Amino acid sequence: MSAAQNIVVIGNGMVGHKFLESLVAIDDSKQYNITVLCEEPRAAYDRVYLSSYFTGKTAEDLSLVSEGFFENNNIDIKLNCKAESIDRSAKTVATSTNETISYDKLVLATGSYPFVPPVPGHDRDNCPVYRTIEDLEAIKESAKGSKVGVVVGGGLLGLEAAKALHDLGLETHVVEFAPRLMAVQVDEAGGTLLRTKIEELGVKVHTGKNTQNITDGDQCFHKMEFADGESLETDVILFSAGIRPQDAIARESEIELGPRGGISINDHCQTSDPDVYAIGECALWGGMIYGLVAPGYNMAKVVAQHISGTGTDTFEGADMSTKLKLMGVDVASIGDCHARTEGALSYSYNDEVNQVYKKIVVSADKKLLLGAVMIGDADDYGNLLQLALNGIELPANPEALILPAMDGMEKPALGTDALPDTAQICSCNDISKGAICCSVQEGAHTIGDVKAATTAGTACGGCAPLVTQVMNAELANLGVEVNTDICEHFAYTRQDLYNIIKIEGIKSFKALLEKHGTGHGCEICKPLAGSILASVWNEYVLDDKHIGLQDTNDIYLGNMQKDGTYSVVPRMPGGEVTPEGLIEIGKVAKDYGLYTKLTGGQRVDLFGAQLHQLPEIWKRLIDAGFETGHAYGKSLRTVKSCVGSTWCRFGVDDSVGLAIELENRYKGVRGPHKIKFAVSGCTRECAEAQSKDVGVIATEKGWNLYVCGNGGMKPRHTDLLAQDLDKETLIKYIDRFLMFYVKTGDRLQRTSVWMDNLEGGLDYLKEVVLEDKLGLASELEAQMEALVDTYQCEWKTTIESPERLKRFSHFINADEKDDNIKFVEERGQIRPASEDERLKNVDLIAVS
Amino acid sequence: MTNFVDVCALNDINKDTGVCALVNGKQVAIFRPAATDELFAVGNFDPIGKANVLSRGLISDIKGQLTVASPLYKQHYVLADGSCLEEDVSIPTYSVKIENDRVLVAA
Repeated sequence: MSAAQNIVVIGNGMVGHKFLESLVAIDDSKQYNITVLCEEPRAAYDRVYLSSYFTGKTAEDLSLVSEGFFENNNIDIKLNCKAESIDRSAKTVATSTNETISYDKLVLATGSYPFVPPVPGHDRDNCPVYRTIEDLEAIKESAKGSKVGVVVGGGLLGLEAAKALHDLGLETHVVEFAPRLMAVQVDEAGGTLLRTKIEELGVKVHTGKNTQNITDGDQCFHKMEFADGESLETDVILFSAGIRPQDAIARESEIELGPRGGISINDHCQTSDPDVYAIGECALWGGMIYGLVAPGYNMAKVVAQHISGTGTDTFEGADMSTKLKLMGVDVASIGDCHARTEGALSYSYNDEVNQVYKKIVVSADKKLLLGAVMIGDADDYGNLLQLALNGIELPANPEALILPAMDGMEKPALGTDALPDTAQICSCNDISKGAICCSVQEGAHTIGDVKAATTAGTACGGCAPLVTQVMNAELANLGVEVNTDICEHFAYTRQDLYNIIKIEGIKSFKALLEKHGTGHGCEICKPLAGSILASVWNEYVLDDKHIGLQDTNDIYLGNMQKDGTYSVVPRMPGGEVTPEGLIEIGKVAKDYGLYTKLTGGQRVDLFGAQLHQLPEIWKRLIDAGFETGHAYGKSLRTVKSCVGSTWCRFGVDDSVGLAIELENRYKGVRGPHKIKFAVSGCTRECAEAQSKDVGVIATEKGWNLYVCGNGGMKPRHTDLLAQDLDKETLIKYIDRFLMFYVKTGDRLQRTSVWMDNLEGGLDYLKEVVLEDKLGLASELEAQMEALVDTYQCEWKTTIESPERLKRFSHFINADEKDDNIKFVEERGQIRPASEDERLKNVDLIAVS
Repeated sequence: MTNFVDVCALNDINKDTGVCALVNGKQVAIFRPAATDELFAVGNFDPIGKANVLSRGLISDIKGQLTVASPLYKQHYVLADGSCLEEDVSIPTYSVKIENDRVLVAA
């Protein structure tokens, strides 16, 4: 066997890193000596989501390097190390740290650099660019003490950058040389609407502006002077006027470049020197630079296969269609959106009232879709893209594809059966229709399962509706009937029953069963109905007509333990407790000999209470000012908090105060499953809010609201739903979010799984909660208000009713205790005796 | 041989729930299903969970058979004959009747 090959990679950006991942995944990397030269001070990170750095994500969050990746794969990564020159005859690379590294194969993944127009004054202070984390730091620095910011460049990245400046609180302007925004991807009418929408958000747009000089301003730091004689004063000028391939090192070593730059590559991504490859934004294929990440990833895979000799894939260009949300505005562009193909015809739809613009470009014979533009509503993107990419014949009236559905006119749906198995459904993760169908055949029958099995729809989420269509079609093909009935007694989903109960005003299980069910009910449908009845009408759960519906824990308002005893958890909003309160809990625990432990939700759990002791224990706790903690319910559990700005040196806001307010607001609200909250007083996040169903984090500018996280069996980090909120808006959004979950969640479905199965994902949830797309907001708020208004401490109600208390006795006809309950002592407290200890009958503690 | 003991008033058992009675030293779970006017009496001991808790389980109709679902691990015990639908165990059954709105059990 020959000696290990030396592979040198210049650049550790997204594409360079994908190459490393692809190479080590294909082959045992130990047969290579891999050296990576990275000019930046940190290894690969996600540049696509760079702007999230301004909304709380850290450099670590953005990192693409899995733990131990370089070490485990024997890769020598040199940070802060620039490749200075290549000696192709000696096959070596010289570095800025004066090393000379020899290679057998060299991969150039040098990326691109932001183009800064050579306007006089472009090199003044406070003129940052937007590409690296260091650039973002510089932008943040420039924004300090500044009032006005200008982005030069109205393309995709320019608008992203404008959002960043806007988020930093600057009066934001966009200056674009072309007569419209996003001139490459969008036509004139689309650009006009995009401009209107962006200006409504408070960003001023100046198109057709040729900056000729930048000089000192009168009110601001800079003054920009335009060719038309006008000028604009600003404190920060952010250049985002396009990218240029980082090809200098190739030029100097006489590797062939394109006429306007870019390292020329063949279908294997080899440069004019067959031992040197180029991938990503520095590479020029077919006269084109691909400035998107997906084509770069493709090149990375092609090179990994070529070097290892394990595959014959070639790079054959890539589709540059895009769909994104720019400052909250949906923008999508597919293929030939400018109708440049010979004979191309177009249809357009422009709704100025709802601010939606759509255009499709079709072939001369109207049979094929060539391109499309969508502004304000890009829901059709997935279908249209598949029609275009797969050359599927269009319906007789192609205009119906973009017209809103009218009465009596069905929107022509793309039958996913028409798609070939190779059709790429998820472009972020390159998942084909075939792969999705395969996962369905292997048992993934929900959208959540399909996502987990294939990763389709887990990156931007834009393809989720299409993934669902493919899954449903495949289920139908397989003849799998997906039974969503909750049980044999009700041929309905939880959501159906919720709507039935609410709309028909049904107030008891009996009425529900008589009208909509069969048989007598079971341990699935009874607690489910009990929970929905509580969510909708909020009556006392132990009322005669509801008591038979309550499950193990609810029916005695305690958490049954393995030996039939219960645990008792008084509510401690926000985890705050007075010394007197704590002493009283301690006294109760001592008097009843209860095992005492702190919970993860910042309160005290008392174990080993027998049925007959529950009312006595609760009477004492209630007299001491406590309420039920609903630890037994599928309902709000706790709102955990850090100590916040009242005590903490780093606290930004009063997290404890907010936590108490939230806990008191939502206590007792029952839902599909338990609900946990947390509030952190600063971004150090000591309350771990990003692992909760609802997490709130204080920032300098208000509260950030995170949703749908979970610890537990399948941990999930929250998604940021809204940011910089005042308290009133925060509570309004939480009201809407919770009630929407209560209304639409499945039985025993936590918010994390609910979110993974929500068609449209986070964007859809934002539309419902923040933008009120479904027109439900006021109804959801009113429902929550009604629940808050009708709250009762169930234990207080119970101990006040002698009738109710009869049930809290082990025997209906005797005062004896259950002689099967046996404890032993461990670490100074009780615990249930093991089977062995019972048999031996030693050291058992007398049960009172 | 059958020796009925008066354990409680019928109204001491909420409809669709159970209670536990001590009858001749035995723990008896008595159920009052909403589906019928009949009562059922079985052993209170859950042989899988190994605790005296069955009277606190939910009454559950499984394909037409009235059962109690164990509050611990949800196995179903048929009220009429004490058999378990999931595991190879069973629980005892007892005679129960209503007389003058009183509940009588023989165990």
